[in-house]
Amino acid sequence: MQSAAAEMLRIENVSKTFTLHLRGGMYLPVVSSLTLHVNAGECVALNGPSGTGKSSILKMIFGSYLTSSGSVLVRAGADFVDVAKAGPLEVLALRSSTLGYVSQFLRVIPRVACIDVIAASAREDGCDEDEAQARARSLLARLNLPERLWGLPPATFSGGEQQRVNIARGFAAHRPVMLLDEPTASLDAVNSAAVVELIRERKAAGAAILGVFHDASVRDKVADRNVEIQPVERSEVCD
Amino acid sequence: MNHVPLLSARGLSKRYGARIGCEAIDLDLHEGEVLAIVGESGSGKSTLLGLMSTQLDSTTGSLRYRRRDGISVDLDHLSEMERRILLRTEWGFIQQDARLGLRMNVSAGGNVGERLMAVGWRHYGKIRNEAQDWLARVEISGDRMDDAPTTFSGGMRQRLQIARNMVTRPRLVFMDEPTGGLDVSVQARLLDLIRGLVAETGLSIVIVTHDLAVARLLSHRIAVMRQGRIVEIGLADQVLEDPQDPYTQLLVSSVLQV
Repeated sequence: MQSAAAEMLRIENVSKTFTLHLRGGMYLPVVSSLTLHVNAGECVALNGPSGTGKSSILKMIFGSYLTSSGSVLVRAGADFVDVAKAGPLEVLALRSSTLGYVSQFLRVIPRVACIDVIAASAREDGCDEDEAQARARSLLARLNLPERLWGLPPATFSGGEQQRVNIARGFAAHRPVMLLDEPTASLDAVNSAAVVELIRERKAAGAAILGVFHDASVRDKVADRNVEIQPVERSEVCD
Repeated sequence: MNHVPLLSARGLSKRYGARIGCEAIDLDLHEGEVLAIVGESGSGKSTLLGLMSTQLDSTTGSLRYRRRDGISVDLDHLSEMERRILLRTEWGFIQQDARLGLRMNVSAGGNVGERLMAVGWRHYGKIRNEAQDWLARVEISGDRMDDAPTTFSGGMRQRLQIARNMVTRPRLVFMDEPTGGLDVSVQARLLDLIRGLVAETGLSIVIVTHDLAVARLLSHRIAVMRQGRIVEIGLADQVLEDPQDPYTQLLVSSVLQV
């Protein structure tokens, strides 16, 4: 595995510009000519001041942002899928087989108990019900979420608790390519350390991880390489 | 999963005299997919749902459906008999106003059992058991089975409508604002139920809603309508997080944040 690590993610000359129609068609460039790659078993950190488009890069790979130009190649089996050109069904298939994404905020599903939110993610990964529940319990325990909360919907949880549910959900599916957006942003040292352990395990299992880590000590513990993201020249143009 | 679309519209239009209901709609729905049609009142979303479900006749365009037996049929050229069989055996329709989708003076069990009888079930005990199973799945307790839906709350009526539709195991269900007019807690319960049915049965759904949060929670793709046309269509999170069309940007930015 270590000797010939496969390239799992390759971003070539990618740019992203928003067109803000509500502001007279103003163009807002957020990412410009970015090229990077991530191999299996490797964690790459995107660094740079806030507002430089780091989250936008992750969203382009996940397909929740469109890519303005360039290619976003994600390995699915023997082939690469270019997310920048793929249709919705291809992107959905890629998400259910290959791409994992831990966003900054938990999008709450009403009424569903937090353990079931996580088990559902494991089931999508092909676990049977017992295995899915076991994975969910193990993740919640490792992330120190009090057991009395497991049966409750996460809507009323604190920010840090919701984030741990979000992380558990992301890690319950063992995806070969993982995107992590500030996974430890509202966590204390103990829980940050638990997340570091989870990331290391996924790396050891061969996952390619691309992340944004505001916390330098977390970044140093997980990242094999850093990619510095330069702020895009903001020449705001109108139609 | 079969890659031939389940339902496929090409150039579908509906005019009411000079007024446009829907114009030049090209749309594919795939097996297991939930498609949300969003837009404001008068945008043509209910007209489009009516056309896709053959409740309305199109002025121009074509609509094809791939049946359970694998044969694709042209829905414009079905006889009334064939259309009714399709509606009974492969499709469901959830109305916003449950009174239109239920028989209000027939018991809850009767509402569900009636659909089974329509597809040939004859054994009373089996029909009653199956109806009871479905009522339980939509969280209507057995002791309400013999009550008429006139005595039910709005949320219960919607759940009964879902049971009535799901009992014949449809492949495709059309929903017109199914959570409209319900209290939010009741709405959450219904959304949870619909999500569960999609996950368990691989059902395809076309849902019309003006509520972007409902669209996001339930759907794989979102189509945004304005003045009878689809102005934008794409993955649900992409349409909401990175909308391209000026109107979609306005719609998304107008949602109140909680």
